[in-house]
Amino acid sequence: MPFDKKDILDIASLSVEDIQLILDTAESMREISERPIKKVPALRGKTVVLFFYEPSTRTRLSFDLAAKRLSADSVAISADMSSLVKGETLLDTARNIEAMRPDVVVLRHAYSGAPQFLAGRLKASVINAGDGTHAHPSQALLDMLTVRRKKGTLQGLKIAIVGDIAHSRVARSNCVGFTKMGAQVVMAGPPTMIPKGIETLGATVAPSIEDAMSDADVIMMLRIQKERLKKFSMSTEREYARHFGLNRQRVALARQDVVIMHPGPINRGVEIAPDVADGPHSIILDQVTNGVAVRMALLYLVLGGGRHADTD
Amino acid sequence: MQILIRNARIIDPGHPDGPGDVLIVDGRIAAVEAAGTLAADGAERQVVEAQGLWLTPGLIDLHVHFREPGQEYKETILTGSQAAAAGGFTAVCTMPNTDPVNDDPAITALILRQAAAAGLVRVYPVAAISKGLKGEQLCEFGELKAAGAVAVSDDGRPVMNGQLMRRALEYASGFALRVISHCEDLHLAESGAMNEGAVATRMGLSGIPNAAESVMVMRDIALAALTGVSVHIAHVSAAESVAAIRRAKADGINVTAETAPHYFTLTEAAVEGYDTHAKMNPPLRSEADRQAIRQGLADGTLDAIATDHAPHAVSEKEVEFDRAANGIIGLETSLPLGLKLVAEGVLTIETLIERMAIAPARILGLEAGVRVGLPADVTLIDPNKEFTVRAAAMQSKSRNTPFDGWTLKGKAVMTIMDGRIVYRDQG
Ligand SMILES: [Zn+2]
Ligand SMILES: [Zn+2]
Repeated sequence: MPFDKKDILDIASLSVEDIQLILDTAESMREISERPIKKVPALRGKTVVLFFYEPSTRTRLSFDLAAKRLSADSVAISADMSSLVKGETLLDTARNIEAMRPDVVVLRHAYSGAPQFLAGRLKASVINAGDGTHAHPSQALLDMLTVRRKKGTLQGLKIAIVGDIAHSRVARSNCVGFTKMGAQVVMAGPPTMIPKGIETLGATVAPSIEDAMSDADVIMMLRIQKERLKKFSMSTEREYARHFGLNRQRVALARQDVVIMHPGPINRGVEIAPDVADGPHSIILDQVTNGVAVRMALLYLVLGGGRHADTD
Repeated sequence: MQILIRNARIIDPGHPDGPGDVLIVDGRIAAVEAAGTLAADGAERQVVEAQGLWLTPGLIDLHVHFREPGQEYKETILTGSQAAAAGGFTAVCTMPNTDPVNDDPAITALILRQAAAAGLVRVYPVAAISKGLKGEQLCEFGELKAAGAVAVSDDGRPVMNGQLMRRALEYASGFALRVISHCEDLHLAESGAMNEGAVATRMGLSGIPNAAESVMVMRDIALAALTGVSVHIAHVSAAESVAAIRRAKADGINVTAETAPHYFTLTEAAVEGYDTHAKMNPPLRSEADRQAIRQGLADGTLDAIATDHAPHAVSEKEVEFDRAANGIIGLETSLPLGLKLVAEGVLTIETLIERMAIAPARILGLEAGVRVGLPADVTLIDPNKEFTVRAAAMQSKSRNTPFDGWTLKGKAVMTIMDGRIVYRDQG
């Protein structure tokens, strides 16, 4: 099954086979990251532009390492340092980027749909590194890889996603991805944070956080942002922690071998108690490691890696 | 100057429907007779053979944005008038959110001067309710009326302050000015970019609930009841608004309302793919809302079809969805989309003309019709003419339409305003 996608815009446009191929490719990429010399020449001569309109040290670093480990040249442009960004439209930016002849553009943008906009106007491949509240496909893929490594499969697992679903692209992409791979996704959070029609993404909405956690194989906690107070989505952080945060009592409702995930950065003491975040069930650091591997796989595959592998 | 239109089917709601000849002399309808009875005598009498065409009162659009003064790169009163005439309209009401805002008699006068210079359609300026549309101070309604304003509205923005709306209704009634309300609770709409619901959730766009519109419709109905002054609700999009207006009318409250062709034609599904030509305010709603709008038009809850013609430059639409300007152009597609409703059996042709000409005139305190003595503002429609919408070929200065490439049946082939042919289809 060759990989024929020019762009990685969201999980919805990937097939089950695509996802399997990406995860399998990421497994072999992981091996590279374990070597003393963490570099292969696979993408030598290729240029990867990391375009970050929204600050994100972690995701940018992860993509940057992924490009470098495959010997691609990578350039990072972030909104605050870039004169390209000031006063220019995304269309102007697209034209400027195109003129530099990159092979891949990795885009992080505060507005939903921006990667799709760019993909329709660039010859280069576009990888969405998170757009607005729409999608974060590389995060969902690394989450799937992390769970698959722990559980051996995704089929039949119960995944609880808890927190501010409304403002989370991670929740959306994970919901679509895990559901596609045969897992059951249950969401929970304060009703102010559950958007209308979320069930159409394949999730069920649990009546309480305890219901969501009960017998869960995976608990994924979402970051709570202070700005939500001003938008009336929540009251205090203290109350949030008490009613919706993950603590040891709630972990005990889940399966004994439950794994706990968080896309980071963590607010210890708000959505997740410190002893849980750093406790035995937490696989938060595995997520970070797998992030590099998944992004290597994505760069490799959109640049034709999958096709060569399958010709014979 | 005389024009003789021969053998047209005359559709003038409330009057007999049938073939006839219409003679126009010096800007007025001079004769309406049985088909084949008026002769083409005299060289100065221009004859229009209208066999197979429909002759209706000139269409009136209660809600357009012509962007002049201030944003002439989007549209001017001239190009807007050309678009209107090409769409079969003989009169339009221009909304006040220009730059500067039409909150001053000098701006009203400027609009009328430019409209007269264009000389294609009647332009009825709608002035602002509040200075600068800021919702803080009432405009000088008396002065604006004297300068030629026909109504007041803060369109582009809602009147969030209930007390201001109440006083605007009372104050306007003293000058016989209509009040047009853009109903939107800005707090409920927040930073929404499209209709709230599954599509918005999937696309990661923040949603605008129906209630952002309907709570303000209900408020304005309550204020109309309180003051006894009629209010006109602009661009109704939500089923709950239709229901509230229907109840209010049944209760004898003086309220009129309009909807736009996009609300009876499209749904939020058009936003899929982040198509900024499907971004407008209020947003395209659900299929249930679309059906409610069609029902409201059929039963008269919604009095009028108005376009909310909102021209924007390409650079304002070819951006991220959240950053894209709200609104679409509508003058050149409104009648064909209305005729689609007729083809689909939602409205009779009589009702369509009622919604697009007679009711708008009534709301403005005017009379429209194809009858002797009335101003010669008429539209000739070819009901069978199939055509493909080409944004690039439109008269409007802007291209922002979601209907580009659509094949539609039926359009205006000639528009006569004040006894002059202001548009003739070249196709
Ligand atoms: Zn409006
Ligand atoms: Zn408007």
